[in-house]
Order: sequence, then C-alpha cells, then structure tokens
Amino acid sequence: MNRRRKTIFLICFTILIIFAVFVGGAIIPETALKADFAVKNTAPSLNHIFGTDWMGRDMFLRTIKGMSTSIMIGMASSIISVIIAVLLGTLAGTLSKYTDNVVCWLIDFVMGIPHIVLLMLISFALGRGFKGVFIGIAITHWTSLARIVRGEVIQIKNEQYIKISRKMGKSSFYIMKNHIIPFVFPQAIVGGILLFPHAILHEASITFLGFGLSPESPAIGIILSESMKYILTGYWWLAFFPGLMLVIIVILFDILGENIKSLIDPYTSQE
Amino acid sequence: MMTIKYIIKNLIRMITLLVAVTIFSFILVTSSPIDPVQSYVGAGVAVTPEQREEIAEHWGLNDKPIERFENWFENIIKGDMGTSLIYRKPVSEVIGEKFQSSMILMITSWIISGILGFVLGIIMGVFKGSFVDRIIKTICLVISSTPTFWIGMMFLMIFSVNLGWFPTGFSVPVGVSADSVTIGQKIYHAILPAITLSFSSFSNIALHTRIKITEIMESDYVLFAKARGEKLIDIIKRHVLRNALIPAVTLQFASISEIFGGSILAEQVFSYPGMGQAAVDAGLRGDIALLLGITIISSIFVFVGNIIANILYTVLNPKIREGGVYSE
Repeated sequence: MNRRRKTIFLICFTILIIFAVFVGGAIIPETALKADFAVKNTAPSLNHIFGTDWMGRDMFLRTIKGMSTSIMIGMASSIISVIIAVLLGTLAGTLSKYTDNVVCWLIDFVMGIPHIVLLMLISFALGRGFKGVFIGIAITHWTSLARIVRGEVIQIKNEQYIKISRKMGKSSFYIMKNHIIPFVFPQAIVGGILLFPHAILHEASITFLGFGLSPESPAIGIILSESMKYILTGYWWLAFFPGLMLVIIVILFDILGENIKSLIDPYTSQE
Repeated sequence: MMTIKYIIKNLIRMITLLVAVTIFSFILVTSSPIDPVQSYVGAGVAVTPEQREEIAEHWGLNDKPIERFENWFENIIKGDMGTSLIYRKPVSEVIGEKFQSSMILMITSWIISGILGFVLGIIMGVFKGSFVDRIIKTICLVISSTPTFWIGMMFLMIFSVNLGWFPTGFSVPVGVSADSVTIGQKIYHAILPAITLSFSSFSNIALHTRIKITEIMESDYVLFAKARGEKLIDIIKRHVLRNALIPAVTLQFASISEIFGGSILAEQVFSYPGMGQAAVDAGLRGDIALLLGITIISSIFVFVGNIIANILYTVLNPKIREGGVYSE
C-alpha cells in the first residue's frame, strides 16, 4: 500500500466513524435515555460500557447523542465560517488597499477579545441557549482562515494569467469569480474541516461554563459540567468517557483535514 | 526611526480597536433579552412593578441607549467602570482583587508553557523523524485536541481526589478568612490550576518551533556547520537557538488571548476565584458592569500582547532591524 492509498483509506475511515457517530446520535430515541433509578451510578460494565449517571441513564448513549449535537453545530458553523472567510479574504486581497485595511482591522478586532469571552458576550446578548452558542460559534471562527485566504489571494494576484485577464478588460468581479475563488476554494475546504475541532471544543467549553445549550439538551458540555458535581464522590466514568470521546472525535477531524490537505497539495499528493 | 514610526502606528491601531471593542461589547450586553433586574434579585423572586421601576431608574436603565453609552463611556475614560451587582463593590476594585489571583496563575503557566514548548520543539525538530520526535509530536497533537477543562477535571480526579496531594478547590483553605492566608497557602492552591493551564497551552508553541527548527536544520548554514565538524550541541547553540527564538517569542506573546480563555476554564474547574470565574458569574447572573469591565481589561491584555509581539519581531530580527524592510 503506497502513501496515497493509505491517505485515501484514512480519509474514508475517519469519515465513516464521524458519520456513524453523527447518524447514530441522531437516531437514538429519547426513550432510550429515560431515567432508571434501579441502575443509577453504576460503574462501566458490559451492559453499560460507559456506566450510568445519577438518573440511571446510559452514559454511552448520552455521549453519542451529545457528540451528534456537537458535530451538527460544528458542521453548520464551519460552513458559515468558510463562506465569511473566503468572501472577506478575497475582497481584502483583490480590491483596494482601503478594503484590505478594513478587513485586516476587522480580523484584529474579532481576535482582540479572548475567544471564550467573546462567545460569552454573544451568548449573553442573545439570551443564552442554542441560538446564542450557534451564532457565537458561527461568526467568530473565520478570522484565521480569512488571513490565510487573503495571503493566498495576494500571492496569486500578480500571476501572469490574472494580469493578462485584466489587460483583456475583464472586470474585477469576473477575475474573482473565475480565477481567484476556484484557486482558494480547495484551501478553504481544508481550512473549514480544520476549523471543526475548534468549533466543537469551543461549543463544549462554553456549554460547560453554563452559557450554552440548556441543561436538558444532550450535549457534551452539559454532561461534563454535570459530572463536575460528582467528581469528589469518585464516579470517574461520568467525566472520563464523554471527555475521551470528545477528544477522539476532535482528533479524527484533525486527521481528516490533514490528510485531505496532503491529498490536495500537489507537492505531497503523489508521494 | 522606522521602528518608532512602526510602534506609533501600532499604538494608534490598538486604540481604535479598543474603542471599537468597548462600543461593540456595550451594544451586545445592553441588547440582551436577559432582564438585569430579574437576574439581580434571582430567579423565582417576585418583584412588584413599582420596585422594578425603582431599580431600573436607579441604574439608569430607562435612559436612551445612546445616553447610557455616553454616561458609561465618560466614566470609563475616567477609570470608573461602575458598580458590580454581584459583589456590590466598584468594578475596578473587584477586577483588581481577582486580577491578582489570575495573574499568578496566568504568568506561571505562560512562562512554563513557553519554556516547555520551546524545549520540546527543539528536541522534536533536531531529532526529526526519530522515535522521540514521533512520541512528543503525538502527545502535542493529542493535547491540542483536548479541552482545557477536561484536562483540569482529570488532574483534579487523579491528584486531588485519588492521591490527595492537592486541595479540591478555592484559592484559600476552608475556614480561613481571605486576609490571613499565607503566601504559601495561596501558591499551594494555585499549583494544580497552573499545571493544567500550562499543560494545555505548550503544544501549540512546541509544534510551531518544531517546524521552524526543521527548516533551520535543513538550511545551508547548518549543512556547512556540520561539514566544518561542529558538534551537534554547538550547532544548536550557535545557529538553531537564535533563529528559532524570534518566532517562538512572537508566538508566545500572541498567545495571551488563549491563555486568558484557558484560565477561565481552569478557574471554573478548580473553583479558583480569579477573573475568569468572575466573568462567568457576571455573565450568568447578568452583572453587566462587571462583564464589560472584564471584557475591556482582557482585550487590553490581548492588544498589548500583540503589540509586544509585533515590536519584538522587528527589534529582535536583525534583518528587519537594520534593513528597515517590513514584510507586511
């Protein structure tokens, strides 16, 4: 098996697992998570591989359902971030120096407030809950990708084919649409996948702090902040397995992004 | 001459950004549907319309948003950030107190994570492709995918609950008033949060340093040094360290925002009474003045960090320092 095949195999494998968790979580019925006080706070066993919580709910099912929510939020906000980043990055790179300054200033501005504090502010402004987290995550993750896109655009702006296109009287919009966007698009996709881990981690963090999803909704952050109450009693599985699951999913997304990147990049794709 | 111009340009930029942050956060906070009066008295407590009106009048909630902003902004410029509803003290006083505890935490972990990250990065870069490199790289990648608060929870479980080495929370022992706490006790309570925070932030700098070192090790001057017969340790001392230090220091100053965010999470896990916890409390209980105050202070931190990073980059790098060439 050569390197390229291995990369493709890894990509398929990670997509499969992520997809399984996503769909699996979505189809778990609410009834599977009903309280059963006969089996509350049991340690992991074959029946309940992640153990059960204080209401006797199976932690494995809760975790999968929570991960599914996280993946959904991550996916939607990654798409929004990619769109904002490509749009602003391309605008900054192609239009006047003035636009460039404005976009750079905007990036600095969003990055100037510590990310968690900014998420807290947005969540507060929208009255907490799902809407607050979702919008907060979606509109704050584009900055680093926009910087990358801008850099790329500035680099190819002076290429021959774009200069020729300009000399032939094509408009800025035409050049942007036909030459620049297709060029930055693959990078933006990879950037979007690599945004995923950040989005999921931030969603979990902000929910953990109590600003995110409501306590009834299945979310990793909720599960973990709940388990904080039991941490002193020695119910280690409540915090350990859901957190581990989160880490694994985040790493899978990282692997996915890096592998797609090496596949798209002509320097490494044929190795 | 160029450097001074550059610094002034940066400072002006920072001031415009800071003003924008103030306006933006004020708009966000005041447009919240969360009723400050209700969250002040607590959920479930009934407030008569007259009482509500009185409180609202007292806080100036009935004024037009523009007027409120003008009042508030004028006071901010004078250094008065209003009164915290939770602590019933001036915001500047609350932040001042919390700031001290947070600073101990942040500075220690900032230094530890910087040094640890840099050293690990050098080891990885110099021995690239080796067993050691692969192990440390994997650890770094795993850590960068792990939420700070979960690391904190695991540490709390292992070191405080199971092994009993460290206290389970609070920056002072239970039953001791805040004034009579010795420095030793304070440090003792800050150890685990500080370790958590440094542990969760060294991977970034380590991975960046690794890439930089790899570049340096493949350069012609290192090849020439090897050909001259220089020992590895001399190559590292003479060529690698100095070249890798500039990006590492820059990155470390630019990472203040992340350390700040991490400290909020670490403080929450260890119930360590610092700025992060105050920010969370303020947000959850609708303490607008405190939330705004913390936002502004934290932004100042980030901007100052960025400016220092920019300036250090120009000052430390001899190519830019003498040539006056700006890569921007």
